[in-house]
Amino acid sequence: MALLTLLQAINDGLRNALQDDPSVLVFGQDVGPKGGVFLATENLTSEFGEARCFDTPLSEDGIIGAAIGMAMNGLKPVAEIQFQDFIFPAFDQIVSEAAKLRYRSGGQYTAPMVIRTPYGGGIRGGLYHSQSGEAYFCHTPGLKVVVPSTPHDAKGLLMASIADPDPVLFLEPKALYRSLKGEVPSGSYSVDLSTLRTAREGGDVTVFCYGAMVPVALKAADQAAEKGIEVCVVDLRTLLPLDEEGVLDAAKRTGRVVILHEAPRFCGYGAELSALIAENAIEYIEAPIKRVTGFDTPFPNTLEHHYLPDERRVLDAIETTHAF
Amino acid sequence: MASRTPVSIIEPDGTTPGYDHGLSSGELLRIYSSMVLTRAFDDVCIKLQRSGRIGFSIPNKGIEATQVGCASALSPDDWFFPSYRDFGMPLYHGVEPVEMMNNMFGNAQDSARGRQMPVHFSFVDPIRLVSISSPIGTQIPQAVGAARAFQMRGEDHLCLASFGDGGTSSSGFHSALNFAGVWKAPVIFLCQNNGYAISCPTSSQTASESFGIKGEAYGIPGVIVDGNDVFAVRQAVEQAATRARAGLGPTLIECVTFRMGGHSTSDDPSRYVPKELMEYWAGRDPIMIYESVLFREGHLDEARKTQIAAEAEARVDAAAKQAAATDPPSLETIFSDVYEDIPQHIRTQGEAAFDLVARKGGAAGGGGEFPL
Repeated sequence: MALLTLLQAINDGLRNALQDDPSVLVFGQDVGPKGGVFLATENLTSEFGEARCFDTPLSEDGIIGAAIGMAMNGLKPVAEIQFQDFIFPAFDQIVSEAAKLRYRSGGQYTAPMVIRTPYGGGIRGGLYHSQSGEAYFCHTPGLKVVVPSTPHDAKGLLMASIADPDPVLFLEPKALYRSLKGEVPSGSYSVDLSTLRTAREGGDVTVFCYGAMVPVALKAADQAAEKGIEVCVVDLRTLLPLDEEGVLDAAKRTGRVVILHEAPRFCGYGAELSALIAENAIEYIEAPIKRVTGFDTPFPNTLEHHYLPDERRVLDAIETTHAF
Repeated sequence: MASRTPVSIIEPDGTTPGYDHGLSSGELLRIYSSMVLTRAFDDVCIKLQRSGRIGFSIPNKGIEATQVGCASALSPDDWFFPSYRDFGMPLYHGVEPVEMMNNMFGNAQDSARGRQMPVHFSFVDPIRLVSISSPIGTQIPQAVGAARAFQMRGEDHLCLASFGDGGTSSSGFHSALNFAGVWKAPVIFLCQNNGYAISCPTSSQTASESFGIKGEAYGIPGVIVDGNDVFAVRQAVEQAATRARAGLGPTLIECVTFRMGGHSTSDDPSRYVPKELMEYWAGRDPIMIYESVLFREGHLDEARKTQIAAEAEARVDAAAKQAAATDPPSLETIFSDVYEDIPQHIRTQGEAAFDLVARKGGAAGGGGEFPL
């Protein structure tokens, strides 16, 4: 065990994957000698050589298209898109190609690959370095979408994603890259891609969240506890496929649900959770399901702290839901 | 076909054999002052970032001749589709340093209302400089479309699309050259080959012998010039503009230059740029090269040089002070300009946000750094 940041845990997971499996390749823009703009791939080129960890030309659709070809022909690509905001030139390759290859070839061809990309706000990056695009991808059958929130899970979920037989979009909460540390086992291990994690137990209100919003929910839960409201915080970890049973159990336990994400609200991931709970557990629900989300506007720069859900907004929703 | 050797005009002794710039002393000094102002703007922005006054900047040093040489050959009625490393273009055409500083600080006077990161400028006056996008190459096909509009209306204007060596790897670059070639659109593609796309050297972008040669496959003339020679850039852009305005179509111009700093203030180029390369290009400073002409022809002396530098510094310092003293944008700016009219669901979210601020106070200021 070592005390690592989430970024170091990802670096460690990539290192173990490169050690374990000679078919694993790590590539993207600036991931080679520089080690990535956030240093997630630091030292991997010097340790494993340029054939295993390398820079590509500056073309996201090129990166992902090439990764699909590598994946169908026996390699294990772990491609990095420098910011999730830059992924859209590759949208076609991800959504129509990687995600549907198994289906459209009757299982003859598959694309077991991982796309790592930092997402979310909190770094004063404006609308091109802050977006949370998970909803676009969760609307894509054939793709898996994973979002860690702790160093332990970041490494374990990444290693599970690399081992997975299907394409995985691995969204890294860049706001948490260096802001928290946690115990991370050395060596290889997996965190299951189909189960959520209860980040905090509580019997009054359930908050569903993921990625960079988990610490925000935990802080709001602490503040709620001071007011006598016990909050259960659920870290979903894998958005697609979703641990539906786990979500319904957690919703039924309190009957009061708050859903939290930093992406815009309209057709956001929270809408799916809300519908799932309404369709399957409405008889347990005692208050209107509340969503705390980013606004349905592009992500601003100077005022990003007003755009991003904070403890203030989450606590307000918890109190409203609890008082209903 | 593009020559493999970049065209240069200014000799080490400041002569320009075979080239008549045809410019008055005032015009020559406008180019010079713009280059010096561009350097000063860059210097001050980096200092502001280092001292925590602004969050981010993009080092621009070393590329002044490419940017100003190009801008000086175009009309204020032409449209600019720049990259994020193009400080010299708006400054040559009279955008005030304070307007650019308002963006660097993301304040209430910023033309984009503080919504964009620093260096993502957007201006309509005195030139059309279209809102800068971070994703690479996106602006290149847009410039072709805007040029097509000029062409269809029979107007005598053109569009400049500016991008770096990395931008030539984007799909946007290839689509744009192809469309422009087919349409004979009045557009100039200015590739600022500054050696690196963040940390990736040009050898990791292309196996072509140059970037200029890439025009050939699209039926577009490609020229390669010394990007640190302001006359060489100006001449190439003038010729391309003449072609475009005559209805003969686009030109690709590769300016070979060097980024004398990191990709951004978050980047440490000493991790990947060999020291000798940095030293070589330091000896080819574009401002110094141009000074050799101005001194030789008697347009500049030491006293005037010192005065121009001091004036530039004072203008940028004053701009920074004014921008720093301007308030941040109001909360309402989050919700406006999404659509022409604010739809009900956004209005409702805005009202809820204002209500929460009234009941529980505002959000705590963001402390994030770029990138973490």
